[in-house]
Amino acid sequence: MSAFESKLQAVADRVIAQAKPGEQVEAFVTRGGETDVRIYQGAVEHFVSAQSEGIGIRVISEGRTGFAYAGTLDESAISEVLAEARDNVQFGESDEWAALAEPDGVPITEQSLWNEALAEYPTDEKIDLAKKLEKLASGQDPRVRVDDSNYADAHGESAVASTSGIRMSGRENGCYVSVSTLADEGEGDDAETQTGFGFSVGRSPHEFDLEKAAREASERATRLLGATKPSTRRTTVVLDPMVTAQFLGVISSTLNGEAVVKGRSLFKDRLGDSVASANVTLIDDPTNTKAYSATDVDGEGLAARRNMLIENGVLKQFVHNSYSARRAGTVSTGNATRGGFAGTPGVGCLALSLVPGVRSQAEIVSDIDDGLLVQSMQGLHSGVNPISGDFSTGAAGLLITNGEVGAPVREFTIASTLQRMLQDIIEIGGDLEWLPMRASGLSLVIRDVTMSGS
Amino acid sequence: MRTGADFAEVYAEDKSNTSAGLDDGRIEQVTSGRDRGAGIRVIAGDTTGFAHTADLSEAGLVAAASAAAAAASQGGGGVRNVSLTKAPVHRPNTIIHLPESIAKARKVELLQRMNEAARSYGPEIVQVSAGYGDSSKRTLVANTDGVFATDEIIRTLLRISAVADGDSGMQTGYQSMGHTVGFEIFDTVDVEELARDAARQAITKLLARPAPSGAMPVVIKNGSGGVLFHEACGHGLEADLVAKDSSVYAGKVGQLVANPLVTLVDDGTMPGEWGTLGYDDEGHITQRNTLIQDGILTDYMWDHIRARNEGRAGSGNGRRQSYQHLPMVRMTNTFVLNGPDTPQDIISSTPHGVYVAKLGGGSVNTATGDFVFGMTEAYLIEDGKITEPLREGNLIGNGPKVLQDIDMLANDFAMGNPGTCGKDGQGVPVGDGQPTLRVKELTIGGTAA
Repeated sequence: MSAFESKLQAVADRVIAQAKPGEQVEAFVTRGGETDVRIYQGAVEHFVSAQSEGIGIRVISEGRTGFAYAGTLDESAISEVLAEARDNVQFGESDEWAALAEPDGVPITEQSLWNEALAEYPTDEKIDLAKKLEKLASGQDPRVRVDDSNYADAHGESAVASTSGIRMSGRENGCYVSVSTLADEGEGDDAETQTGFGFSVGRSPHEFDLEKAAREASERATRLLGATKPSTRRTTVVLDPMVTAQFLGVISSTLNGEAVVKGRSLFKDRLGDSVASANVTLIDDPTNTKAYSATDVDGEGLAARRNMLIENGVLKQFVHNSYSARRAGTVSTGNATRGGFAGTPGVGCLALSLVPGVRSQAEIVSDIDDGLLVQSMQGLHSGVNPISGDFSTGAAGLLITNGEVGAPVREFTIASTLQRMLQDIIEIGGDLEWLPMRASGLSLVIRDVTMSGS
Repeated sequence: MRTGADFAEVYAEDKSNTSAGLDDGRIEQVTSGRDRGAGIRVIAGDTTGFAHTADLSEAGLVAAASAAAAAASQGGGGVRNVSLTKAPVHRPNTIIHLPESIAKARKVELLQRMNEAARSYGPEIVQVSAGYGDSSKRTLVANTDGVFATDEIIRTLLRISAVADGDSGMQTGYQSMGHTVGFEIFDTVDVEELARDAARQAITKLLARPAPSGAMPVVIKNGSGGVLFHEACGHGLEADLVAKDSSVYAGKVGQLVANPLVTLVDDGTMPGEWGTLGYDDEGHITQRNTLIQDGILTDYMWDHIRARNEGRAGSGNGRRQSYQHLPMVRMTNTFVLNGPDTPQDIISSTPHGVYVAKLGGGSVNTATGDFVFGMTEAYLIEDGKITEPLREGNLIGNGPKVLQDIDMLANDFAMGNPGTCGKDGQGVPVGDGQPTLRVKELTIGGTAA
């Protein structure tokens, strides 16, 4: 981020220059654009070309915080935003820990988040990529049709400046292709449809693997054809890498420093305790360039860094931004998150990963007499409570019998508690892959999970 | 239209909002936001081009229009003049106090009262967070089919979440209310009662036992289970999914798709409800649409383009998250009408099952019909009586089967909490409602045998 200075830096600088004595001011400015192409049956269904920009201003005075934003960078609008943020200060209640982040001297790990090849990539070729992916996916299997095939890219630059000495700007871009498939079998009352998806992501379209995206989209749909509802029982589950990454996303909210200081984490009093099976080592490392969500600075402009959260099952550390760290009596771990100009920084893991084991998914499955390979989870937002730890989601997948993956199953749930699931991890796969989310995936084996079906 | 497209549309919006958040005993922050801009859509053949801009000057709009037209990739020419007739004002809601007319201090004070009420409900309550939000959005939409409509929507929202701590760990409770009216809603809504309800849920669950696992009858309390229909069939009745044959309800108009007890309606005109609009986001007047009548599928929901392609009238279901998004078919307020039973009869005639008093979110795979929804407050039913509280979990079912399996429907209709429906990356506000009902068999995703 630091090698490039955005013109937006001057906009942010001008705002904080207007700070009054005793007032802390932070300005966060962004501008960006995106392209979104959807192909259906060989033709462009839609082509979206969009530009957006905006500014968010935070003012802190005597421990009181006010915030305002606008989706424009007009000078007159920026003045209004500052005035509104100041007006809002009077309604915040004084908080002794409220303050902006201060430079902490941690060096930035330089990363190349901008790819010129993508910036110059011609529109026609973007359309062709999505068309090619549609053709590849529909040609995989006679039972498969394509629901939609997409190309999307986004680019953005941002700048932050604060009266506490933060000054940082940068830009990044990225792109992906995705395809949704439907597999049909049977006629009339026996007609059945299953769905699949595939994707490929990159800093440049040259990194795409269209063949793999098409193959996975086809296989995900066809392997569920004929799926039945399984009987209710306790079993060992193998989470597919994509599912594991979603599971880690849930775990990350229990390691959030803000949840901890406000008493909302089920691990709030457990630092130094064994909270997971001894084979579990969990690291948040946004400086790993392989991570889709790799970044060099966090949402407050501090250096992103590698943090060991769980080591050999023992809870070592929570993630913090400058506010939660101050309350916890520690320092920021560089984990401030920011969802854009319309909000103030939160706390979150940035690029979470389990340290991988050694075996492939096939080797792992070969040792399981009776189990379930979970291909997808449904309803993570509705049946999982990271405060109580209750975990229950809809699922689809394949039964494992005598070391082999077999009959497809659907319309059932898997349930346990987060506390137990971490302790019940019996193996971590060696098949680590980075996915377009804030966590990596690998095969994860958890015992004694309740499968609820018929 | 200089480029010879079939259809062009401009949608402009100007939105201001205020929100306030309380957590850990103090007002953390008041936020003010302003968003305005325009989205321009051009359709040529089967291709839609779309561009948006925050620059509402003539130059900004022309640039966006050119980008949208280029995206639809049509050459050729000719200028077409379109005569626009401004649609009459349609305002289902009566607004008394616009949000901007109310001092921020009064908005913040609601949160402090809720915090106090939740904490004094019981010593087990260890944490409370609460949020207030309001917005005013003015929209204008005009297109080359002659549509020209404006609308103004006011929203007021309040939510609270409480955490209780006990020997078995922590539990949470949640309550919310949202209406498309102004601050006058607080003349009738008891905000302390909302707060106490969130606290009561959290404390009740401290004694909850693990939910059962497996298939059994489920009774859903009135006003808490509209999301069941939203997921079990609402999405599957959206014409864009039907057109691509990615809905289990495609080709089923005129067929019996639900128990004959069930009449399902989507109505964008219900005064004050969360999914209510005067005009949809394509300038079509909102209306009441019966989707399922006595169990028979009568119609899908339509947006402008799908209706235009079919040569039929729209249904007022073309919606978008903001000027930055393409419109598509979306629900408004979706609900099931009253049936013949009483809630007491339903419970007492259920020997063994689960009573769900509050549902969380849900989601559906429209192609298979498999859907899940969370139960955030639930109890066992034993010998026709509601007994012990249960811990949280998901329920799973298959839409077409569940609609047939609704075997009792009560006469106590109520609308539920405000919802945000997500589809293809866009969130829009929706409402739902239903009377107390029983589903003969749903799978409960608990851990107990």
